[in-house]
Amino acid sequence: MSKFHEILTSAALAAALAAPAFADPAQAGPLGLGRPALPEEIAAWDLDVSPNGDGLPEGSGDVATGEELFSDNCASCHGDPLKTVGSYWPHLSTAFDYVRRSMPFGGAQVLTDDEVYAIVAYILYNNDLVEDDFVLSKENFLEVTLPNAEGFFVDDRDAAELPLFVREPCMENCKATVEITAHASVVDVTPDE
Amino acid sequence: MGDTTQKGQTRRGFLRAGVAAGGALAAGAVGARAAAPDPLITEIQPWAQGFGEGVDATPYGMPIHFEGEVVRRNVPWLTADPISSINFTPIHALDGTITPQGCAFERHHSGAIELSKDDYRLMINGMVARPLVFSYAELERFPRESRVHFCECAANTGMEWAGAQLNGAQFTHGMIHNMEYVGVPLKTLLIEAGADLSAGWVFVEGADASSNGRSIPMEKALDDVLVAFKANGEALRMEHGYPVRLVVPGWEGNMWVKWLRRIEVRNTAVESREETSKYTDTMADGSARKWTWVMDAKSVITSPSPQAPISHGPGPLVITGLAWSGRGRIARVDVTVDGGRNWRTARLAPHDGDKALHRFYLEHDWDGAEMLLQSRAVDSTGYVQPTKNELRAVRGLNSVYHNNCIQTWWVKPTGEAENVEIS
Repeated sequence: MSKFHEILTSAALAAALAAPAFADPAQAGPLGLGRPALPEEIAAWDLDVSPNGDGLPEGSGDVATGEELFSDNCASCHGDPLKTVGSYWPHLSTAFDYVRRSMPFGGAQVLTDDEVYAIVAYILYNNDLVEDDFVLSKENFLEVTLPNAEGFFVDDRDAAELPLFVREPCMENCKATVEITAHASVVDVTPDE
Repeated sequence: MGDTTQKGQTRRGFLRAGVAAGGALAAGAVGARAAAPDPLITEIQPWAQGFGEGVDATPYGMPIHFEGEVVRRNVPWLTADPISSINFTPIHALDGTITPQGCAFERHHSGAIELSKDDYRLMINGMVARPLVFSYAELERFPRESRVHFCECAANTGMEWAGAQLNGAQFTHGMIHNMEYVGVPLKTLLIEAGADLSAGWVFVEGADASSNGRSIPMEKALDDVLVAFKANGEALRMEHGYPVRLVVPGWEGNMWVKWLRRIEVRNTAVESREETSKYTDTMADGSARKWTWVMDAKSVITSPSPQAPISHGPGPLVITGLAWSGRGRIARVDVTVDGGRNWRTARLAPHDGDKALHRFYLEHDWDGAEMLLQSRAVDSTGYVQPTKNELRAVRGLNSVYHNNCIQTWWVKPTGEAENVEIS
């Protein structure tokens, strides 16, 4: 069967014939494989939420509801809510995104969007970032800034480390003495064979 | 030297004796004369007389049971449970560069899932002209590439930041494997969907409950990322992402999303859990590096090592290990037996090896004295693997990930080896 015939018989005929509006013209064109993703399918899988709020669903939840939900769904693993959301995490969207897509552990995606808002509100409360009457919603989500939002910088190894480590290695008489300063056997945390 | 008393050398048990008082044995240019004829030679053995197994006994084979110790191991105290956890490749017992899938380390965030080819779907959406869904069979209709690459967890050697902790190359350096992958370049699928190739990022996620979403810059996506379905000639094993995983050459293993189900073309990074709360590097001042994707050049001596002691006494000794770099190829590996006072350049087993494991050998005439063994990789960019203290000077002691320091094994006159730190 010729490639042309395969394309003509493809279920994705219409899509394949559409001009590749963005594709690099230097690259080979599409082969006409795959089928169009339906809006319902994209909605089912495209759940990610970004720091700018893109992807947030409609909904809201309060601290008290979140405390109850946390106790039922999260506490068996986490005990208290993660203090690192307040101390380390840069974006609240990350907490919402992760709880919504991947939690509870062993039962992902059983929570409603309102329940996710409530649990995230409770996490904020437990990190002393909101009061106990706080209600988190799509509308006020971006008003919450986490304390460590400015605590991250983009990988700078090229500037900070390569000048130190791109070098001519020493081969002879590199140091006068050598002493052992630490032993793994003293720590003794290796599993038994 | 022909009459030195290497008693036991002809006994089968010696091979398995491990540290068998090796240091007490004298070196000789020729093996010692046997006290008596070896019955393994003079007596007809069962395997030389009767039958072995027929060709119908083992449709798909496991290693012979004598190799039963060469298995993945985990460290229970590292994680709360084995579902979201990691285990370690037995690199101390392997040679060459290809890691068999069955003993290649696993890292899951919600366990290894069973996903059939029939149930598999791959979606591309976001900034594309044509959001598409591919079946598994359709992926096999795209032009394929075959390449060998290492996959190293960013946390490999992470337990060693605080000091010499785990006593074995498997545990200190075993979050790595190296396989020959077959798959479709991610670029091909992006073009198929009419992706805006000027967009900044692709977000990739898996079909498991964790989804393990990661943002990858478009530049890398168009460079060498592979949507792979075969490894070492066969289908991906379940624990390595059957039926489809991402291969992100030279970059941290967490980005090699398994059970790949969705690729989203975007202008910004998602800043998911796995690229903010985890897989970021806390510096001495509390600030944190993010987007630390590339794996720096690194090497380790796999034998001798704590789990692979010298069992034969003084004389000819093969020192061997692995070296790799996320920035390209390994140009050279140097080995020291005296804790870094003097170095010798090891022999690299020849192969291409871009962002792949290299195997090095140093043939050494061991005098039976203690050794402080180290290896030091130099990659094709001129980067020289640093010492642990050099890394600590730059990054402090708060880091978990990206520890590519020089590893030290203290080999004693008995042939036993221990993970140590030296001045």
